[in-house]
Amino acid sequence: MKAFLGFVRKETLHLLRDRQTLAILLLLPLIQVLIFGFAVRTDVRKIPIAVVDPTPDIATLELRDRLAASERFHVVGVASSSQNLETQFRAGSIRQALVLPSEVERRLGRGDSLLIQLLTDGSDPNTGGIMQGYATAVIHRWYGDAAPAQDGLRIEPTSRLRYNPTLESSHLFVPGLVAFVLTIMSAMMTAISITREKETGTMEMLLVSPIRPAAIVVGKVIPYIVLGFSGVILVLIAARVVFQVPLRGSLTLLLAECGLYIITALALGIVISTKAPTQRTAMIFALAGLMMPTMLLSGFIFPLDSLPGWLQAISFMVPARWFLVVVRGIMIKGAGLATLWQETLVLLGMTAFFLLVGSRKLAIRLS
Amino acid sequence: MSLEPAVDAQGLVRRFGDDAALDNVSLQVQPGELYGVIGPDGSGKTTLFRVLVTLLLPDEGSARVLGRDVVNDLWDLRARVGYMPGRFSLYPDLSVAENLGFFASLFNTTVAAARETIAPIWVQLEQFSARRAGALSGGMKQKLALCCALVHRPEILILDEPTTGVDAVSRREFWGLLRRLRDEGLPIVVSTPYMDEAGLCDRVSLMQDGKLLVTDRPAEIERRYPLPLFAVRGDNVLGLLGALRRFPHAASVWPFGESLHYTDARTDSEPGMIARELSQYVESAGFREASIQPIAAGIEDAFMWYMSQGQAA
Repeated sequence: MKAFLGFVRKETLHLLRDRQTLAILLLLPLIQVLIFGFAVRTDVRKIPIAVVDPTPDIATLELRDRLAASERFHVVGVASSSQNLETQFRAGSIRQALVLPSEVERRLGRGDSLLIQLLTDGSDPNTGGIMQGYATAVIHRWYGDAAPAQDGLRIEPTSRLRYNPTLESSHLFVPGLVAFVLTIMSAMMTAISITREKETGTMEMLLVSPIRPAAIVVGKVIPYIVLGFSGVILVLIAARVVFQVPLRGSLTLLLAECGLYIITALALGIVISTKAPTQRTAMIFALAGLMMPTMLLSGFIFPLDSLPGWLQAISFMVPARWFLVVVRGIMIKGAGLATLWQETLVLLGMTAFFLLVGSRKLAIRLS
Repeated sequence: MSLEPAVDAQGLVRRFGDDAALDNVSLQVQPGELYGVIGPDGSGKTTLFRVLVTLLLPDEGSARVLGRDVVNDLWDLRARVGYMPGRFSLYPDLSVAENLGFFASLFNTTVAAARETIAPIWVQLEQFSARRAGALSGGMKQKLALCCALVHRPEILILDEPTTGVDAVSRREFWGLLRRLRDEGLPIVVSTPYMDEAGLCDRVSLMQDGKLLVTDRPAEIERRYPLPLFAVRGDNVLGLLGALRRFPHAASVWPFGESLHYTDARTDSEPGMIARELSQYVESAGFREASIQPIAAGIEDAFMWYMSQGQAA
């Protein structure tokens, strides 16, 4: 026990002495929240849109007003014909165009069908889809109000997005960022700090002492668990304060799940450290083997549904994929363990597996 | 003190790929003995020590340290051995006191409990106790490493090249500490590439290519030098070296500081006669100022001899 406590103390000293790394580890999550929050938005604002309105009347003016009033759109011009649209699209001065038929109000009054053309710049398919969604929503709402009820009876579907009605992308990236931060801190730093002992030869001193390898590993990771938790809390606070991301579920459950994921990640770090002889290889293993899958195959950045089948199969093996479902569930949907027990169980299983593999490979001798 | 040997190794073999780093090594270290293993880099000293401290498994043979098997009694043995690896293996970002405290805690003890054991070394280290280990001089680093190896009051010390890369004064101080520990009854096994340190041990083994060439007390090894030996001095040492090596009866000629040590291949001739013959030879070769004196072999002469023979005596 004394040996173990001494080890924790020593690791903490290492961490505190290496100010640079410590600063990076603490600032990295904050910087990432800000970058993802401000720069890498997937929601779109001020879309330059042109309206073609051959015969302006009260109905079309109402539609134009609604577009102009939305902060999603910026109406750059109103024309009477669509002949210049192509040039404007090419030049990039507009990204959307709304082409209205003539005599809109009269048609509405007669109950005629109304053909409205919506053109969207699809060169970036993701934003294209989003822009189209925004515009369609505006048109539908306008149509619902403008068209008189026919024969006193009308079916009117009202759609509403649950959990994130305004489609804020920050609600999506914060859970992903939590997974990302925990993976880097726990797995990479554990792997690096164990391989550093190998590289500097101090592992030889540790091995000849009576301390068991398991105690070495647990003692090593405890400071990083603390650091990981601080990272999570920083990210959560920043998300709340800067981007108003809600926490609808239980904070205790969220922290408990984070704790579980930290252990998953550091078990992975231990597995890496048993394979990597030097800090450099450990870093490359961690970057290639953990960071990329955590970013790309977890649903953090790209939706899993759009992945080809074989990549989806691989994604099932990425711990962050399961953790992300849990964090999004708790934070955005307010879900509890009753709905998230399957994902939690998968994470537990993975953790047990990695710990088993890692501890079996821990050497009690040199080779 | 038990009469059991502190170290008893029998027929140790350890291979790395096709190379045998240890090739049938057997050795005994007696209780309270300061035992040296002398050999050039790559001769297998480190591998031998790593087997003795349970860090490496031997491919063949067996070894008992303090009566405990290095393979089966791993954990029992690890608590009792003080080991210093060949490379400086402390934490450079921790202070002297922190390093010491950490290694004490690893063995479930405290620095205070070891105060008496480490006192002679701690006296020299104390003034640097707040300094980071990485900022110490080479000699101080090794003293700290020794201190850390002693902090759990081990029953044997196994030190792998503790004086390599350390200045001459610090080396002498370090050996002084070792002899003092030996005097207190602690068996010590120490390796070194410096032959002049061999004379400071109770017994030494000469190691080359994974084999022990000779094992004895240093004085005995010197005494057993088989051939007549002469010190040759002159102005042109390099020229003399070439000339002596061409002498028909030369067994070996080595530069030795400012002089040359010449070994004659004949065992039946009287030294005075060989000296006269030699001086005539060098004079005829054009070296007028050369002085030639028969000398007793030192430990280094003996080792050079055994290594050039490359076989057990």
